[in-house]
Amino acid sequence: MDVRLEHLTKVFPSRDKKGSEVVAVNDFNFTIPEGKLIGLLGPSGCGKSTMLYMICGLENPTSGKIYFGDEDVTDIPSEKRGVGLVFQNYALYPHLTVRQNITFPLENLKGEEKLTKEQRNQKALEAAKLVQIDGLMDRKPGEMSGGQQQRVAIARALVKMPKVLLMDEPLSNLDARLRLQTREEIRRIQKATGITTIFVTHDQEEAMSISDMIVVMKDGIFQQMDQPQKVYDDPVNLFVAKFLGTPAINVFEADVKDKKLYIGEDMVMDKVNVKDGPVWCGIRPEGFILDGNGALKCSLTGVDVMGRDTSIVSTNPKMTGLSVRSIISAEDLKLTSKDSVRFNIKRSKTLLFDKESEGRIYYD
Amino acid sequence: MTKSGVRKEGIKGTLTGWLYLAPALAFLIFFMVYPLIDVFIYSFEEGYNSASQTYFGIGGYNYSYVLRDPYFLQAVKNTFILVIFTVPISTILALLISLALNSIDKLKKLFQTIYFLPYVTNTLAVGLVFMILFRKTPYTDGLINLLIKAFGMSAVDFIEGPYWAKMLVLCIYVIWIVMPFKILILTSALASVNPVYYKAARIDGASKTRIFFKITLPMISPMIFYLVITGFIGAFKAYSDAVAIFGVDLNAAGMNTMVGYVYDMLYGDGGGYPSYASAAAIILFAIVLTITVINLIVSKKTSQKG
Amino acid sequence: MAKSQDILKLERNAKTKNAVFKIVMYIFLAFWGLVVLFPFYWMLLSSIKSYASYMSERLPKFYASEPTFENYVNAFTQVPLAKYFLNTIIYTVITTALMMIVIVFSAYAFARLDFKGKSLLFVGFLALMMIPNELVIITNFVTITNMNLRNTFLGLILPSVTSVFYIYLLKENFEQVPDELYYAAKVDGTSDLKYLFKVMIPVCRPTIITVIILKVIECWNSYVWPRLITDDSNYFLVSNGIQEIRENGFGRDNIPAMMAAVVAVSLPLIILFLVFRNKIMEGVSREGIKG
Repeated sequence: MDVRLEHLTKVFPSRDKKGSEVVAVNDFNFTIPEGKLIGLLGPSGCGKSTMLYMICGLENPTSGKIYFGDEDVTDIPSEKRGVGLVFQNYALYPHLTVRQNITFPLENLKGEEKLTKEQRNQKALEAAKLVQIDGLMDRKPGEMSGGQQQRVAIARALVKMPKVLLMDEPLSNLDARLRLQTREEIRRIQKATGITTIFVTHDQEEAMSISDMIVVMKDGIFQQMDQPQKVYDDPVNLFVAKFLGTPAINVFEADVKDKKLYIGEDMVMDKVNVKDGPVWCGIRPEGFILDGNGALKCSLTGVDVMGRDTSIVSTNPKMTGLSVRSIISAEDLKLTSKDSVRFNIKRSKTLLFDKESEGRIYYD
Repeated sequence: MTKSGVRKEGIKGTLTGWLYLAPALAFLIFFMVYPLIDVFIYSFEEGYNSASQTYFGIGGYNYSYVLRDPYFLQAVKNTFILVIFTVPISTILALLISLALNSIDKLKKLFQTIYFLPYVTNTLAVGLVFMILFRKTPYTDGLINLLIKAFGMSAVDFIEGPYWAKMLVLCIYVIWIVMPFKILILTSALASVNPVYYKAARIDGASKTRIFFKITLPMISPMIFYLVITGFIGAFKAYSDAVAIFGVDLNAAGMNTMVGYVYDMLYGDGGGYPSYASAAAIILFAIVLTITVINLIVSKKTSQKG
Repeated sequence: MAKSQDILKLERNAKTKNAVFKIVMYIFLAFWGLVVLFPFYWMLLSSIKSYASYMSERLPKFYASEPTFENYVNAFTQVPLAKYFLNTIIYTVITTALMMIVIVFSAYAFARLDFKGKSLLFVGFLALMMIPNELVIITNFVTITNMNLRNTFLGLILPSVTSVFYIYLLKENFEQVPDELYYAAKVDGTSDLKYLFKVMIPVCRPTIITVIILKVIECWNSYVWPRLITDDSNYFLVSNGIQEIRENGFGRDNIPAMMAAVVAVSLPLIILFLVFRNKIMEGVSREGIKG
């Protein structure tokens, strides 16, 4: 079941009379292909949860349409859409056991869909087995770890065999180790069931690591949708470039003169096929090559050795962040001076953006 | 995402909301809002006859009648004496008891449980016990009088004797009744003061009294003010305590309270005058409101100074 | 050497001082405990003395030489105490049950539903919390009288089936239930009503129980309204019953029998309190915090 959004918009009325309206989601158009795991990515407050709530029917869109396959579900209530939802804080019913929590959605089925108690328990057990908590069926949520609660929440969302599974920041309440483990688990469950899954996160690493596709949004506006690596290599604008990758991309104020790219006085790249003028120049941390005669001169502030790789921290007058971070493989680390460092830069890791619109400028 | 709830916009959502509230609204409008308005109307209807539901005219006669009624003046006097004595005494006593409770570990729970008992007992029932303890009859002087005589003084009839004696019993009973609530509130207020402050003060070498006046008291002062304000309101509304000790005919005993006067005007031997009752009730609440506002102003000024 | 002995002395002094302080505290607390408990002890004691022995004691004795249950028998046979009990139980159960229904729905509407006029209405409710009962009771008395509901349970019950304060208390508690539980239930197709009964009420059970207990105490002890609205002793509640017994009960001054009645009336609530002590005290102290 693919999910198609057409001109989807959500405007919240202002809280008080003086305040202005908040456009949480602005004119979204995209199609989520069937059976994929999609990461909906953006900074906090960018409208991604609103978007998720509209897809599952908890919020009504101000305008626009939502289609599941060919069916327009915009005006269909939540429970008839066949969606499963997993919450950030799991939202398990604290007074019910795991079994009762998982069977709860099944108890609401009416008419032909109505199930007997045995059938409900059977289905609950199947769902519990899928997420490997079938040994904990009689516990209460309060007696379980965060990771286990998360699995119960997923089982509860899956038990009705939803057409679309939605997850709102599913990993953010877990500690670092569990997070890694659980995201693999989500990947596995999604593959095993083949249910189209959309999950919301503000953690780009999380989104990149398990998604088939990611959708990046900012201030309610759609930015880009593609496979994670494609978005990383080929961002459409400065925001997307900055949002993806750790350490973050290094952004410099640069100028193009006679098809040559200058950062300050240093000519760092030639054959830049764009018109003269100031641009933003983004260089990925792995885009630096250490070279005693390199074109870009920076002041050295420190070296962090992180096992396989080494991160060189330096500063440059034209940089926009606090420092320039470059990742060099440990073998290549040969520093010639204590207080300065020179780099050449890799063409494929260097991205130019318009100074005004911050849109991508392709220079080849 | 703001906390919004599932928006059930439009008529259906509004209908559901009001439907859920309908029973409460119906009861509140019928038994609170309408009576509140009506009591003012009653208080200005002169010569209202509850049997025929007619009245002669509109004016302030009910108020002037009530204000000239010796029973009402007696009730006002009684109520004021009650308020002036019971509120400060009970508050200070409760504070002392709570401080003592706070300074011990063993038996604390037991004491707290015992102290709370009067809160859950029937005012009328226990009042009867107080009456018996204080009463002097031809057969016996009663336990309290025996105690007094043991100290070499002469016995007094606290229930049907001199005014001061009757007032004393009433004050003692009212204090006994209001203590549980005050002790409970003050103990939890004291318990919520962060012990770090005490530790810090002890390291600074502050004495126990200094710690109390400089740290404890300022920190629990909002609760003390709350107790004083509710104490005033409660004492002004005292009634069943008096009935418990002196019986239903409080006017005859000279021990009526303002609320008692309202009820007696409404119903009972001297009853059937809702207009007088309304006027008296409104006078009572004008007084309570004034005192509460003064209290609030004082508490605000004090806390600003502190 | 001399100095350290001084310090030891000081420490010993401080310890003695502390011990004395503790002892004084315990004496003070025990004294107040005595003041609180003594009336209870006295009522219990008097209730098991026979009328003859009670009257013969010019100096009241602190023990009963020949304890008897005769007074309890008298309390339930010579005066209609059992009837008063039954009336009070009927009144308490119906009032509490009706009130719970009314306030649960209201609190749910305020806490969970979105509808036009909600915030304004809630402000109105809060304002009602400040209206003293004594002001509205006059009209209510006239209303109930005019509706010919004097000396009926309906007349007794109707004015006390809503409590703005309990609505407020419950609403606060309902609001602490995370929104996500509601969303989860909605996605699963749970209706508002089913959510209220299957999730909200079970999750908030502790508060609901506290409210029930507090209301039961209030009903059991209510005196003013029942006094105004009933003069037929067939409809007396226990408070009025005690007053009635006192004024024209067991003939002149049968104090032991009266005390037996008083014990009988007090006992149910004391037991309730001892069982639910923590809940009651917590609930009452929350009543204090709202101010």
